[in-house]
Amino acid sequence: MSTPAMSVLAGAGYRIRRQVKTGLTHLAAWGTIFILALPVLYALVMSTLSFQEAYRFPPSLVPGRHLLANLQEAWVHINMGRLLFNSTVVAVAVAVGKMVLSVLAAFAFTYFGDFRGKWLFFGLILITHMLPLPVRIVPTFELITRLGWADTYWALTVPFFASATGTLLFRQFFLTVPHALADAARIDGAGPMRFLVSILLPLSRTNLAALFMVEFIYAWNEYLWPLVATSSDRMRVVQIGIKTLLASEAQAAEWNVVMAGAMISIVPPLLVLLLLQGAFVKGFALQQEK
Amino acid sequence: MPSRFPSRILPYLLLAPSVLIVVVFLVVPSIQSLYLSFFQTSPFGDRMIFVGLRNFTRLFRSAEYLNAFWVTLIAALIVVGVGLAASLLCAVLANQRIRGSHLYRTLMIWPYALSPAVAGTIWALLWHPTAGWLPYAIQALGGPSLNWMTSGNLALVVVSLAATWKMLGYNVIFFLAGLQGVPRELEEAAEVDGATPFRRFIHITLPFLSPTALFLLIMNSLYAFFEIFGLVDVMTKGGPGRATDILVYKLWRDGFVNLQTGLAAAESIILFVVVAILTVLQFRFVGQRVFYQ
Repeated sequence: MSTPAMSVLAGAGYRIRRQVKTGLTHLAAWGTIFILALPVLYALVMSTLSFQEAYRFPPSLVPGRHLLANLQEAWVHINMGRLLFNSTVVAVAVAVGKMVLSVLAAFAFTYFGDFRGKWLFFGLILITHMLPLPVRIVPTFELITRLGWADTYWALTVPFFASATGTLLFRQFFLTVPHALADAARIDGAGPMRFLVSILLPLSRTNLAALFMVEFIYAWNEYLWPLVATSSDRMRVVQIGIKTLLASEAQAAEWNVVMAGAMISIVPPLLVLLLLQGAFVKGFALQQEK
Repeated sequence: MPSRFPSRILPYLLLAPSVLIVVVFLVVPSIQSLYLSFFQTSPFGDRMIFVGLRNFTRLFRSAEYLNAFWVTLIAALIVVGVGLAASLLCAVLANQRIRGSHLYRTLMIWPYALSPAVAGTIWALLWHPTAGWLPYAIQALGGPSLNWMTSGNLALVVVSLAATWKMLGYNVIFFLAGLQGVPRELEEAAEVDGATPFRRFIHITLPFLSPTALFLLIMNSLYAFFEIFGLVDVMTKGGPGRATDILVYKLWRDGFVNLQTGLAAAESIILFVVVAILTVLQFRFVGQRVFYQ
């Protein structure tokens, strides 16, 4: 009984069903995204309210007009300019330090055969995974005090320069680089460092970007160590500044000002994430699956 | 093995910076933690007294420490359980072959950039008894009046959910990468054979994702044990009572507020045992992979 007209109808039905299905998937995706973003959306609304509006009942979901005033108050109250500067210096230094040290180490592990002690050093660098800060925090604090590094950038950066993650990442990548490249470089008279800088590093762009993103965000967000290792307002980082805002002298927290400060503090890591997430997915997450 | 450069000294020079940092700032302080864990500070704080294993026996007999252990375990369970389920759902949605899936991916991974302190601050506001919107909404919908500042159980749940939320972006990234490893042909063949989307998910997608899920299970446990100090410090300071007093928070209090160096060192060593167990599980079941602290 099948006629051309019927099969056209059936085709249309299929198309409609598929369109409905796609529509529902979009809807589900947007719903999930909305729920995921809700806390930050509420924080954004809060950062636009006045102090009275912040405690109005029922809580307001409509933005107010005090965003600039709140941003300004948060900025002045905890000297945000200084804190952002400190966090930037620390995050960039830690990320770059880890990149440099782990590239050098990975290069040593991949292009010099089996030199004496190679696997001992490899194990030593890997073992850092098993020694997170809480496992050694008291002696590390005593060490930086003895070095005279307490309350300095040195304390906030140098102890974090080694990276097992980075060393493994670059080692894995260097192992996939064709031998012919190194042979050609050697025949052309290039030494190992020349080969590393002119050939290997440009090839590692994706991995370098991925590591930078991870380590910048990690260092920017670190809380426990800056809390322990710094004491003066001059050396505080943004994360500690948020705590200071929350615990201000007022009896009830000035949530509008706190949220304005929190929103300022998330801009740099979010920017880094948006710019480098592609590299991160390619250079990092996909590599896990090999 | 790639070709070699014939240099005897250079590899050592290249390794020197990393090895120096690891030995000076990681290995030696860790050994000192072990050493200090056998000592107690004298009552006047002027010298160290050898006490053998007494710090450890004292910890395991102290209700406060056992409480911290429980609190941390519950937080880890919530972070792992809720976190993996929610992020798998997000990843599956962002992995559909629909227009805009690239945008969806970005909109699902951004919480990765937030710090524990910021996540904690935002969730503290969200649940605030008067300024917060959630307690109001729950009550308006006929639910109970909730105050996480006085209810210990609720506080632990809120702290754990804030920690979970912050980790979702990380989990989504890895689940998405895992989903790309599921062969399309297999899914299409099952579809042709009439398998429902649910059955396809259970029998094809999930088995392919299990290595990723195991990896994330370990990473999320490590995160719950070691990385949420800032969140607890801004949200609850371990309270109310000791309801959110996670191990690292107690360690910090003993080491840097109460100045009980030996006791804090013993707590460090117990935490090392936790990492060691998780690392062994990682190598045993997930294999040696690059991962991020």
